[in-house]
Amino acid sequence: MIIAVPAENQSLDSAICQSFGRAPFYCIYDTESESSRFIDNSAKEASGGAGVEAAQLLVDENVGALITFRLGENAARVLRAANTTLLKAVNLSIADNVANFLEKKLVDLDEIHSGYHHG
Amino acid sequence: MADDLTIAVLSGKGGTGKTMVSVNLAAVAESATYIDCDVEEPNGHLFLKPEIFSEETITIGKPEVDNRLCDGCKICSDACAFKALAVVKGKLLIFPEICHSCGLCYQLCPQGALTEVAQRLGVLRKGHRDELVVLSGELQIGEPSGVPLIKALLENITGGITIIDGPPGSGCLVHETISRADFCLLVAEPTRFGEQNLALVHELVTLMGKPSAVLLNKTTGDDNPSRAYAEAHGLPIIAALGWDEELARITSAGALITEHSRQYHRYFFRLLDQILEEARHA
Repeated sequence: MIIAVPAENQSLDSAICQSFGRAPFYCIYDTESESSRFIDNSAKEASGGAGVEAAQLLVDENVGALITFRLGENAARVLRAANTTLLKAVNLSIADNVANFLEKKLVDLDEIHSGYHHG
Repeated sequence: MADDLTIAVLSGKGGTGKTMVSVNLAAVAESATYIDCDVEEPNGHLFLKPEIFSEETITIGKPEVDNRLCDGCKICSDACAFKALAVVKGKLLIFPEICHSCGLCYQLCPQGALTEVAQRLGVLRKGHRDELVVLSGELQIGEPSGVPLIKALLENITGGITIIDGPPGSGCLVHETISRADFCLLVAEPTRFGEQNLALVHELVTLMGKPSAVLLNKTTGDDNPSRAYAEAHGLPIIAALGWDEELARITSAGALITEHSRQYHRYFFRLLDQILEEARHA
């Protein structure tokens, strides 16, 4: 399965970005090959609709699970349509979150916020 | 006062006295048009109490997909500047609250799967108070942007004197509101917060090449940061209206101070004259 994690920096030691749609990078981790890579988030500076664009980016990467602290309702709608598993991140590095995922220690993301849209 | 002049009354923040100034200016102008562009919380009608003669529903176009025709090609979602479209598993998802109704998606769809559907945005009310035409727009609760409603309101500028009661702030709604204005009257409070918001709206009107002047409202004998800002930035101070409990009391009761006090009637009549003069030389 392919897992995505919003990343502050392009390293497995990096902290998870607090924001989903505005994260600078996403760590794309493949559990089969146990390999990781980082992709740029083209939506990070979007004036609006960042959540939808970022979610589309991950859906196009065939992500099966997303580990995040926060998620807006629009991004959640896109990811749910793709049957992506949404999991709550813990306050550790990306590598530790991936390890927690593999040990099935992460819980479902239960809070979806309504976004920070503005006129 | 036979001039054609559209005056937008603005402030960088709410509560500075925009509506109080707008409705009283409109009341003394007598034969004029008052347009309440504060579509998120219109309140000018509470003071002017117009007799409403028409109420029109304003709609906005949003895309709707026919899933039998859509093949999930992503041409529309890739092109959407507002990211209001996504394609998941070959199926198009539409986010109407992000959509800006630009219409590009219908144009691009090779399958003809997208159509424009009218969605209710708000109402536009037209009324009058004797010779004064009173227009106001009311955005439907939950709608993210009142810009199209403001556009519809501004189509009603017919010449003569038009007083626009602007929305607070310096964002998209204000930008749209002043697009048709000849002159902007900025209303500012004597506080640091008031000064900062005055600076924001002054920057916007300057950027848009609109002549402007400030009315310093609720002034006291103390230092006035808004006055200091105006003096430092070459913003003409057209008037200073001192803090007056009587004015506050009358206005809080939903009445026009110009109807209650001859002194204030003269004051606003003179203010309108000064604005016309200032705009003529701008």
